Amino acid sequence: MTMLDPVTLAVLKGRLEQIADEMDATLARSAFNPIIAEARDLSHGLYDAETGETLVQGTAGLPIFVGATAFAVKAVIDASAREGGARPGETWIFNDPYDGGTHLNDFRLVRPFFRAGRLFCWLASVGHWLDIGGNVPGGYNPRATDSHQEGVRIPPVRLMRDGVVDSGIVAILGANSRVAQSNWGDLNGQINALDLGEKRLAALLDEYGDAMIAAALAALTERAAALMRSEIAALPDGVYEAEDFLDNDGIVDAPLPVRLRMTIAGGVMTLDFTGSAEGCAGPLNISRATTIACCYVALKHLFPEVPSNGGCLHPIAFVVPDGSILGAGPPKPVGGYTETILRVIDTVFRCFAQAAPDRATAAPFGTINALSISGWRGRGHRWVMFCFFGGGLGGNPESDGLNHGNNPISTATIPPLEIIEAAYPVAFRQWALRPDSAGPGLHRGGCGAIYEVGLRDGVTAEAFLLGERGRFPPFGASGGGDAAPNRFTYGTGDDREAPTMTSKAFGIALAGSQTVRLETPGGGGWGDPFSRDPAAVARDVACGYVSAEAARRDYGVVITADRVDDAATTQARGERA
Amino acid sequence: MSGAIVGVDVGGTFTDLFALDPDTGTFRVGKVPSQRGDEAQGFLAGLDSVGGTAALAAIVHGTTVGTNALLERKGARIGLIATRGFRDVLEMRRRDRRRTWGLWGDFVPVVERNLRLEVAERTFADGTIGEVVDLAAVEEAGRALLAAGAEAVAVAFINAYANPANERAAVAALRAFWPTPHVCCSSEILPEIREFERTSTTALNAYLQPVVGAYLGRLEGALAERSYQGAFHIVQSNGGVMSTATARRLPVRTALSGPAAGVIAAAAIAEAAGFADVITGDLGGTSFDVSLIAGGRPSFAAQAAVDFGLVIRTPMVEITTIGAGGGSICRVDAGGLLQVGPESAGSRPGPVCYGTGNDRPTLTDANLVLGRINGERPIGGALARLDTDAAARAIAIHVGDKLGLDAMAAAEAIVRVANARMAGAIRLLSIERGHDPARFALMPFGGGGALHAGALIKDLGLAAALVPRFPGVTSALGCVIADIRHDQVQTVNLALDGVDAAALGARLGAMAAEARGVVDAAGLALAGLDILFEADMHYVGQTHAVSVPLPFAVNGGMVMASEAAIRAAFEAAYTAAFSRLLPGIPVRVATLRTVAIGRRPVIDLAMLAPGADASVAAARTGSRRVWFDGAWHQATVYARLALPVGASIPGPAILEQPDATIVVDPDLEATVDRFGNLVMRRA
Repeated sequence: MTMLDPVTLAVLKGRLEQIADEMDATLARSAFNPIIAEARDLSHGLYDAETGETLVQGTAGLPIFVGATAFAVKAVIDASAREGGARPGETWIFNDPYDGGTHLNDFRLVRPFFRAGRLFCWLASVGHWLDIGGNVPGGYNPRATDSHQEGVRIPPVRLMRDGVVDSGIVAILGANSRVAQSNWGDLNGQINALDLGEKRLAALLDEYGDAMIAAALAALTERAAALMRSEIAALPDGVYEAEDFLDNDGIVDAPLPVRLRMTIAGGVMTLDFTGSAEGCAGPLNISRATTIACCYVALKHLFPEVPSNGGCLHPIAFVVPDGSILGAGPPKPVGGYTETILRVIDTVFRCFAQAAPDRATAAPFGTINALSISGWRGRGHRWVMFCFFGGGLGGNPESDGLNHGNNPISTATIPPLEIIEAAYPVAFRQWALRPDSAGPGLHRGGCGAIYEVGLRDGVTAEAFLLGERGRFPPFGASGGGDAAPNRFTYGTGDDREAPTMTSKAFGIALAGSQTVRLETPGGGGWGDPFSRDPAAVARDVACGYVSAEAARRDYGVVITADRVDDAATTQARGERA
Repeated sequence: MSGAIVGVDVGGTFTDLFALDPDTGTFRVGKVPSQRGDEAQGFLAGLDSVGGTAALAAIVHGTTVGTNALLERKGARIGLIATRGFRDVLEMRRRDRRRTWGLWGDFVPVVERNLRLEVAERTFADGTIGEVVDLAAVEEAGRALLAAGAEAVAVAFINAYANPANERAAVAALRAFWPTPHVCCSSEILPEIREFERTSTTALNAYLQPVVGAYLGRLEGALAERSYQGAFHIVQSNGGVMSTATARRLPVRTALSGPAAGVIAAAAIAEAAGFADVITGDLGGTSFDVSLIAGGRPSFAAQAAVDFGLVIRTPMVEITTIGAGGGSICRVDAGGLLQVGPESAGSRPGPVCYGTGNDRPTLTDANLVLGRINGERPIGGALARLDTDAAARAIAIHVGDKLGLDAMAAAEAIVRVANARMAGAIRLLSIERGHDPARFALMPFGGGGALHAGALIKDLGLAAALVPRFPGVTSALGCVIADIRHDQVQTVNLALDGVDAAALGARLGAMAAEARGVVDAAGLALAGLDILFEADMHYVGQTHAVSVPLPFAVNGGMVMASEAAIRAAFEAAYTAAFSRLLPGIPVRVATLRTVAIGRRPVIDLAMLAPGADASVAAARTGSRRVWFDGAWHQATVYARLALPVGASIPGPAILEQPDATIVVDPDLEATVDRFGNLVMRRA
């Protein structure tokens, strides 16, 4: 194997990452649906020829895909082996969530990359398509009890042979979606991204030689593993346990536990999810591949310097019970997978709050709140407004949590409400920070948000929601308090109702002045709120992030006439001790 | 108009000046210390250093006062008035976070939440008014903000881009009693869809208005005391010049004023020297700023974030910044990889060799240890000498020992990694956008850029490096030669199929007339005036648009637009960006842009060339040991400014001038062109 000096390696690392970055940018700029174009629900990278392990990943890609795509490439490797092996000029497509997927909306295009007749590596493109059939426009069906109610499932098949797209497959996909044109546009964007990646990688190999690039890829994987090993070795040996709950699965109104036992021993980390809920009736199941992918996301947030490739996972052992909510197989519904992976990530954060409090974060808001509102415009023309919403991030050793941030699994930006209002016959009433939603702490959580949306005159529609954290709020860490839970209501003015499953709603009929209103959780607090600077609490009260009552109750700070009452504050803080 | 024009670039440490007398074709350069807090003093001292104000016709100023106020959060206390239900748009941003990996860090907006007030009003996306604005509430909110100490106020209503009536009424009500001109209206500043970007740009404009206004007031006051009668203009972030009246109204357009002037000068210098395609690289203490000039035209970005969450949407010269500068700290990470930056020792305490308290090695320390920088005569003149031994020790301890290298090899590795990072930034801006590096020349400026130019030529396969004669006054020169420019934007959201071409043409004509009026009012000598039209267009369903140059001209105040011409222009632009057109899907025109450019008379840059009496022999000052590729080489040292036109200097050589050092690698050769630029190529 060609030996590489560290300097050349650093140069090549940058070159390789730029290939994936540019693939990300190409799809984002040419995509049709705003979930890819505005929210960047996409990912691109290079993957090992034999194992499918991630070699290089774009920096703009959705964090959860960074971990998951390796499993997807492996699924294509297996499928192609069954059919005589990969051939130049072909591109595979699939969305099967059990075979290395996440949920049905995520379409993967995987293309073998050949050099001199030999398979060198794989290129992959992942993007979230707007709608792929199923009972609910947009795919987030909170009442699905099997995956066929969530949309069409495509196993790994050849989309392109000899560089030519199979129009039959395109026709099948088109016939199974409410928004065929949008999907077709996104498919073209993904092909554009793969074309470009192929061109750039070929140029890099021509420049440096195949052997040197192969050596660089191997060395980068080994370095990520070494870095992760040294991070783990720096943690105190021990067993750390965490437990958190999903509200319900949308079908049966009972909490679903996610349990993690993290063992650190001699530089090896074991993440054992034994004791988590059995596979559930509703759409909150995830596959083993997705469970491992979201642990990767959690660890990357805790160790941001470790490079993004498969080497990160080498020093980690996983125990994921088959048939559990985290190790589901077909035909278990998985459309709400985002909620479950957020809870898995929270349990990793919770274990770290014990093992390495100086690196930890209190829980972020922990739900994506997939809201779809849909109706008909004139004759036969359907509109589907679909959006994920934000909330507060957790307080942490460095700072208060970020107000209105995104989930750890995503870097997606929220579409501007003006873009939404220009595209659909809806009108927002409020788009604001939510007072008293942040968990109290020395560093408080970030505030969640309030979004209230209604319809333009004469319009009727149906609303669907898939969310979580309605009953089990984001937790605090190192003495910080919990945030406010998620709340979803619908109705007119103050005459409002909440769904029986708290944050899951199916087909709410909207008309006239009725609105739906989401109040999202803040982040948990970090550190003892009674040691927060009273002046900082007074600013929070003046700005309306925290009410005067909450300041007194949660922080022991008494505000009188917009000022800190020092004597009363000393007394209030003293009383707790 | 006749008389001298002077460009003034006020930086953090120095104020650089370039004064030109177009009648005689003569110039002077000046450099004086900047005086922060008392800018007028430094400004006048600078003008005096190049001949005073008496004979001046015009002063053009590239300023960082806006940039610094944003970066250091030293703008004014301001208020924001928003549609009821939406005052938090500014703070909620687009729900982004600081970085992909890592969840720490918070965000404090430039308007505190208790100074963001709401009034009843609502405009919808189609322009219909759902609720007429409550002007009594507007007045009440305005008076409350004044009472709370607000110096400026921004008004940003939802969908005001689609119909500004409510917003304009509110602004008129505020202007009736607001004690200063600092009332900023979102539909005046940026009538474009996307509420966060529009609100942020408007709020940042208000945040800067009192600061920039007061700054310009001090300068104008000082000039008035000198009975200065000439013009006084400001460079915008788009590289064009605007009047101080426009700068007071739209201070947000000064955010990249200084760097933009540098890019304009680079384009002019390069074009004269025969290089239409250039990459500029400005190496400072903490960062490396790169911009791309293709076919003689700088590239522009539609918006930029000055810092996390501080988004400005206005056309700006596109400048990519990476955290690798002379002060960047070098270390070996836990995975054994050598890293340079982004952490920086800045200019205080600065590199180890400054001897001012930092003990972790920086890029400058590595350059010193390798003999590339003259430790006995540091540039800038602030320090007497540099401590080479301390720099070598720090490199050995923090880098060499961990990589099993001696100090020299470790210093060389640091320079290589830094070169690789700089090359990466250049690659991102060029190669990765399909520009062939073999066509491009690198133009380094700032004191350190030319230390790395040779390596970058080789790493990237660039055609050459072009080092301007006065790297330190590039931005000041840019002030003198920059065109006058005014940008207009309007969101229209029209279907292209069956578009009313006559109405569209009338609209473009009106936008052009308004932009032209602003340029005419600047009162500088012009060689001509160009009007350019662009549209942001996309297929229905896409949210990102491609920028499409529209092939229309103004004729007698009229613009003849046609659907077919717009479609052809769109398809050409789309094909250039992506490989596949999408036939059958309707096309939309999202936004119209109009640019008016008042072209300034061309200046013959040959005036910069060295005099006929210069000679290579006289320029040679000695030689010293410099480390290249694992060994010491004896490099000849020259006084750069004393080299004659046509001089050809083979590497290894070091060229020194008061504000920059140029390294000519052993396998390169540098020649002086007829403008006094140094052109470095493979030997």
